[in-house]
Amino acid sequence: MGWIRNFLLKQTGRGDGSGSAAPAGGGAEDEVRLEDVEAIINRFGRDGSSLVPVLQAIQERYRYLPEEALKHLSAVTGIAAAEVAGVSTFYSQFRHRPVGRHLVRVCHGTACHVAGAPLITDALRRHVGIADPQEDTDEDRRFTIEKVPCLGCCSLAPCMTVDGVTYGHLSPHQACSILDEVERGGGK
Amino acid sequence: MTRGESRVREIRVGMGTCGVASGARDIHRAVVDVLARRGNGVPVRVVGCNGLCHLEPLVEVVYASGRTRLLTKLSPGRMGRVLRRYVPAGGIGGRLRDAFGAVVDRVLLDEAWQTPSDGQAESEPYLAPQRRIVLEQCGQVDPLDMDAALAAGAYSALRDVLERGSNPALLIDTVEASGLRGRGGAGYPTGLKWRAAAGQASAEKYVICNADEGDPGAFMDRLILESDPHRVLEGLALAAYAIGASQGYVYVRAEYPLAVEILGRSIAAAEQGGYLGQDILGSGFSFQVKLVPGAGAFVCGEETALIASIEGRRGMPSVRPPYPTERGLWGKPTCINNVETLACVPWILRHGAEAFAAIGTKSSRGTKVFALAGRIRRGGLIEVPMGMTLGEIVEQVGGGVGRDRKLKAIQIGGPSGGCIPAEMADLPVDYEALNRTGAIMGSGGLVVLDDSDCMVDVARYFLEFTEHESCGQCTPCRVGTRRMREILERLCGGHGQSGDLDELEHLAHQVQEASLCGLGRTAPNPVLTTLRYFREEYLAHLEGRCPAKKCMSLIHYRVTDDCIGCTRCAQRCPTRAIEANPYQRHEIQDELCVRCGTCLDACPAEAIVVE
Repeated sequence: MGWIRNFLLKQTGRGDGSGSAAPAGGGAEDEVRLEDVEAIINRFGRDGSSLVPVLQAIQERYRYLPEEALKHLSAVTGIAAAEVAGVSTFYSQFRHRPVGRHLVRVCHGTACHVAGAPLITDALRRHVGIADPQEDTDEDRRFTIEKVPCLGCCSLAPCMTVDGVTYGHLSPHQACSILDEVERGGGK
Repeated sequence: MTRGESRVREIRVGMGTCGVASGARDIHRAVVDVLARRGNGVPVRVVGCNGLCHLEPLVEVVYASGRTRLLTKLSPGRMGRVLRRYVPAGGIGGRLRDAFGAVVDRVLLDEAWQTPSDGQAESEPYLAPQRRIVLEQCGQVDPLDMDAALAAGAYSALRDVLERGSNPALLIDTVEASGLRGRGGAGYPTGLKWRAAAGQASAEKYVICNADEGDPGAFMDRLILESDPHRVLEGLALAAYAIGASQGYVYVRAEYPLAVEILGRSIAAAEQGGYLGQDILGSGFSFQVKLVPGAGAFVCGEETALIASIEGRRGMPSVRPPYPTERGLWGKPTCINNVETLACVPWILRHGAEAFAAIGTKSSRGTKVFALAGRIRRGGLIEVPMGMTLGEIVEQVGGGVGRDRKLKAIQIGGPSGGCIPAEMADLPVDYEALNRTGAIMGSGGLVVLDDSDCMVDVARYFLEFTEHESCGQCTPCRVGTRRMREILERLCGGHGQSGDLDELEHLAHQVQEASLCGLGRTAPNPVLTTLRYFREEYLAHLEGRCPAKKCMSLIHYRVTDDCIGCTRCAQRCPTRAIEANPYQRHEIQDELCVRCGTCLDACPAEAIVVE
């Protein structure tokens, strides 16, 4: 049963320190260390087919793709900066802006949509104070609220994950209380 | 029942993604704790999901006689009492203690007098109409226990083929004779695809398992990979043997972390056991599998885009022909099959092509897995024989739509599919029959909609999705989906203009005909089917009405005379659109109201109406 434990630890950001753990609050993630980026590149290789895995690893380290890291990646591998930009903006998994302390992903799959997912997202954004429609993170970088196509838990609709933990059968009011709870250090 | 038979062989805890999301982790901990205290040494197995999502979290008790007992909708605090009921203690002392405990419970606790919910009876009507081929082991075995998988028959078809040194052509004949068609959506005959790839004279060939399950509202591949990964890997190895490939890839959505984790470990375990890798089972056949996590692009479910993505480029489709079976990954012949398709293959080889072909309709053989969701009593992952009607799926398997609601439509095939109206519920699950309606079989998303759902909004939702996921390469898809979404947005916003519906239809046909790949060609299906079957709803929107009371710009919240002035709605309203005047009838200021429905949920007197 060890795998379940390891998996859950990894998901909740309490990993074994192998680089997959998400830094919990600001600080460490802001600093881009070029040697780390190089170590990642060395792990996956320098040819074009390694680009996506390298980007995924950089994002796992910093929770987004810092510009310095991408520039360095291009310089080290010889993959054109335009290609790096093209690939990293094509896939929706990649972020180019820092993420808040807690990452909330609201499912907008079909079942969740008809069960009221738009109301959940609206309520959460109002609750944490994100007014600008172009933004997904509040000014204090407490929460990032993302819409995702489908989490594949349709029987729990509408659902969301907060830092990798899934919450289902939500109402807008309930969803907001869960964020309060998480911020106080609680949650599932 | 003799005492030997009531002995418990093992206890299974379902821990797929949705099980964990419903609290299976706590249940698992509670089961382990309780059993440790009772000290009867029953093994607890972590298994995948058996598709009974509406009954999660659940535990299955397996007795020595082979009989099983399903315990459903559990809560961790009650596990002690539940297990005492179904897992007999070892000795006389333990049994006395249990009996005494039960009496004490009955004296002290009210809930001990309630009849516990019977998972066995609840799951019966859901499981009985199903026919499980792909899902036969899901939720029965620990996906990471290689020995358990082997005992359940994993890799036996591969072993048989390799030991007999079968001619790959015979393997292809068998798959062709079974009538298996691609389960990813389009339904291309699998045998033909294999034959095309096998016929290519190239020293290097590839097989790819497409697990980039992108349709919103579909989770078949996730559940299969999380619950029975070796079945898929065996299917992939057989495909490789048939076409003469020695390298395979599994391209899996990164949004499925548990599936990625389990698959990675399963590949390693299979290699260690000699079922994958160099010189498999001493036969001289070598086959390596590499796991490639996708990065979130719906279009990568399209074969040529998927190949571009594995090669490290933007996932943009290219014009076919040449088909991947001629020129695919790194320019070599490549055979790409969906997870469910591959999962059918070992069963076909074990039971024979005739057994598979005997199930289903003339042109659609075998079974189909669906993710049944939406306005339904019993949702989850189901597998039904082809030819079963959509109505039977909704009524018999799913138990019909919820309280006092009426079935309105069945959305099948996600953003590439369409909405089939309730009047056509006698339509069978069959590739051709579904195509005739303007929908498609799709990969298995089946979302049930009732009279509280707005069909124009559903069409708008899907177009928003395809517009966002369009790779932007070809103009009909990039611009066409945007223009269509704009018209739908206008209709939902109450600004529809005369001529909008004609324009929408015209655009839909253009996008359908002129787009480069399947994404664009099928993107108009949700619009065309709703226009065809629910035109009156579009007309209502043109007049500024939303009959389902769903489109926010077309509805208003109002407080009726039933209001008791409790201020609960006012306290919860996120935009302060209601003033808190105790003991007076409340009022909602329409210009502040965001139609979030919070007041509706908060009102104890049902005094808030939507108009």
